[in-house]
Amino acid sequence: MTDDVAIHAQGLHKRFGDLEVLKSVDLTVRSGEVVVIMGPSGSGKTTLLRCLNLLEEPDAGSITVRGRTVSCSGPRQSRGRRRLIRDIRVRTAMVFQQFNLFPHMTALQNVIEGPIHVRRLPRSYAIEVGERLLARVGLTDKRDEHPARLSGGQKQRVAIARALAMEPEVILFDEPTSALDPELRAEVLQAIKNLAAHGMTMVIVTHEIAFAREVANRVVFMDKGYILEEQSPSVFFSNPANTRIRSFLRLMSDSGPHPELEEAS
Amino acid sequence: MDLLAQSVPILLKGMAITIFLGVTSFVLGFGLGGLIALARISRFTLLKALAIVYVSVFRGTPLLIQIMLVYFGLPQLGIQMSPVPSAILTFTLYSAAYLSENFRGGILAVEKGQWEAAGSMGMTYSRTLRRVVFPQALRIATPAIGNRFIALMKDTSLASVVTVVELTRVAESVGSSTFRYVEAFVVAGAVYWLINSVLSVGQEVLERRMGRAYA
Repeated sequence: MTDDVAIHAQGLHKRFGDLEVLKSVDLTVRSGEVVVIMGPSGSGKTTLLRCLNLLEEPDAGSITVRGRTVSCSGPRQSRGRRRLIRDIRVRTAMVFQQFNLFPHMTALQNVIEGPIHVRRLPRSYAIEVGERLLARVGLTDKRDEHPARLSGGQKQRVAIARALAMEPEVILFDEPTSALDPELRAEVLQAIKNLAAHGMTMVIVTHEIAFAREVANRVVFMDKGYILEEQSPSVFFSNPANTRIRSFLRLMSDSGPHPELEEAS
Repeated sequence: MDLLAQSVPILLKGMAITIFLGVTSFVLGFGLGGLIALARISRFTLLKALAIVYVSVFRGTPLLIQIMLVYFGLPQLGIQMSPVPSAILTFTLYSAAYLSENFRGGILAVEKGQWEAAGSMGMTYSRTLRRVVFPQALRIATPAIGNRFIALMKDTSLASVVTVVELTRVAESVGSSTFRYVEAFVVAGAVYWLINSVLSVGQEVLERRMGRAYA
């Protein structure tokens, strides 16, 4: 792991109407780091993730990706600012809970869309890379299938290949397994673990505790719009300092699908 | 029956004019309607307002009034137009209003996640529209667009009031010269029905082809 900063978010505020979802959040993600964001629903974790690539515009604060800073206090609609935001988005790929594959395109077309139409790579090269990425997530034989013909787990793996095809600095995962049946989660989690093993920088919002323990370099716990705790997974799960975290982890383990938590708490 | 048989060539010519009016106005209205839909969803308030007013006027007034206004009214402002171009102009403006709403409905029906997926990979607004949103919106809007095309085919009969010799006017003149009104109008009606049956089949084929990826 190097000490280069991949993403730096400073003083993020976000409100939806009367609801203040983020109240002054700072987050730094270094290159090669895997940061897992956890927290109860409504704590602002998804909003934070979506602010990192400006899919959601913070009301205040700034985002820096690889030395390029977008400030959210000045004028919003300038051409230069829009270009800067696009530039940041190219560098921060996103994997969504609902996959959001393009339904009118095949798996391969989904993967090569960004490389051809955003990164302007030659088509033949993009196809070559796209096929390699589909192989990497184990979907070579689904190359020419449309999303409607794929299982949820396969769709999410195509989405991961699509994200990789942008050669991003960071991949942001927004609850990548929450829309999947339990038996399909493992294949997606495995694909993400493989990326971690290859040193991919990732920010992952998830409720998968066993997975977080295994893959995270750092766990960020959010509650009511604040970051309450940033901790290594071993400390976070075995010896949480904060009572809010302890009750959250207890709740997660009571709710069934995370038996591995018993030993943690 | 002889008299009617003699009318076949002129009926065929009327049919050709009807098809020409319908197809030309549909194609032009399709393009104009697309632009109006874009204006309608744009974030520029003025464009949006213009689109809303346009649709409101052309959808809210009788087509017959629009036809007569363009044909009889424009010369009063010094613009002379022959019957066929003036009819095509009116049909284009009129169907563009409806088609723009069909497009808008299709665009709005595309999931928000599609915009986000495209945006999150750094696509520009216009490229997102072209590559991601339009193909899906068009599929969603195809049944409504098909209906519009068929309705327009029948609406072209109103061009007869501004002396365009299309199918309806031919039927009328055949009827009045032979006193076989029933036969003349039944034949004309059957020809409209035939044209629209072909369009229906075309629409079905198109829907099936576009739906293939979603099956």
